[in-house]
Amino acid sequence: MIQTIAFYMFATLVIASATLTIMARNPVHSVLWLILAFFNAAGLMLIVGAEFIAMLLVIVYVGAVAVLFLFVVMMLDIDFAELRAGFAEYLPFGVLLVVILATEMIFAVGAWSAGGIDLAAKAAPTPADVPNIEAIGRLIYTRYLYIFEGAGLVLLVAMIGAIVLTHRARGGVRAQNVTRQVMRRPEDAIRNVNAPVGQGVEL
Amino acid sequence: MIGLQHYLTVSAVLFVMGVFGIFLNRKNVIIILMAIELILLAVNINLVAFSAYLGDLVGQVFAMFVLTVAAGEAAIGLAILVIYFRGRGTIAVDDINRMKG
Repeated sequence: MIQTIAFYMFATLVIASATLTIMARNPVHSVLWLILAFFNAAGLMLIVGAEFIAMLLVIVYVGAVAVLFLFVVMMLDIDFAELRAGFAEYLPFGVLLVVILATEMIFAVGAWSAGGIDLAAKAAPTPADVPNIEAIGRLIYTRYLYIFEGAGLVLLVAMIGAIVLTHRARGGVRAQNVTRQVMRRPEDAIRNVNAPVGQGVEL
Repeated sequence: MIGLQHYLTVSAVLFVMGVFGIFLNRKNVIIILMAIELILLAVNINLVAFSAYLGDLVGQVFAMFVLTVAAGEAAIGLAILVIYFRGRGTIAVDDINRMKG
């Protein structure tokens, strides 16, 4: 019973906050609604027993992606009112497309519910007595190790790409050159001058 | 009792919301990126729901992979957005034809 109530609460909140994400006037509010949507999606996944994905959602999406969005939204100085100019213009076509898409999905769910699809053998059946996180850990460190490594490579490439894209070499700054500092000898820098009395010294 | 259909419905609605968001905010690329995140979240809910109800853990492993790709995509997308803003001073993307593709 409490599971059903929790499901409907999470489902309602995730859809409501998704709606507000795309409707909000201020992109900062959009990001905050997006964070709420992620939290509620994590709740949905907890109900179904996928604790690992739920934690990953909170850590990666809320902790990293949403904060990244927040940084960019707040850093760029943008006139957001001007960006919303075409809001009503695209509305009819968008509604048409969305109705078609929703109808297709309802058809697909209905067709699946009607049965008649024989499932192939399970690739990795859920073990009965092992917690979810442990079971996934056993899976990704043994059979799906290459997928796991591939995920790491994707992140590495994304990180390097983001750095290369946004990095700019700034001219006109006096950066420290450690090699030059270390190579500098006293003979290059110091000159002993025997100054005559009453006359200046040319340096 | 909560069935698989409930989860599929939620994820379908979320997916449609993401697509709708792309159409509504054609100029604001930040909101478009957020809508793409919503779409990927819907896909993840679908994967996890099927994985749980069919008793097959591969769906959750794949959901982890999708999450990774979504994080990378957000990072690269925002990096492109930042250099675009640096060059033009705006992020209105409805008439980008810099690359003349």
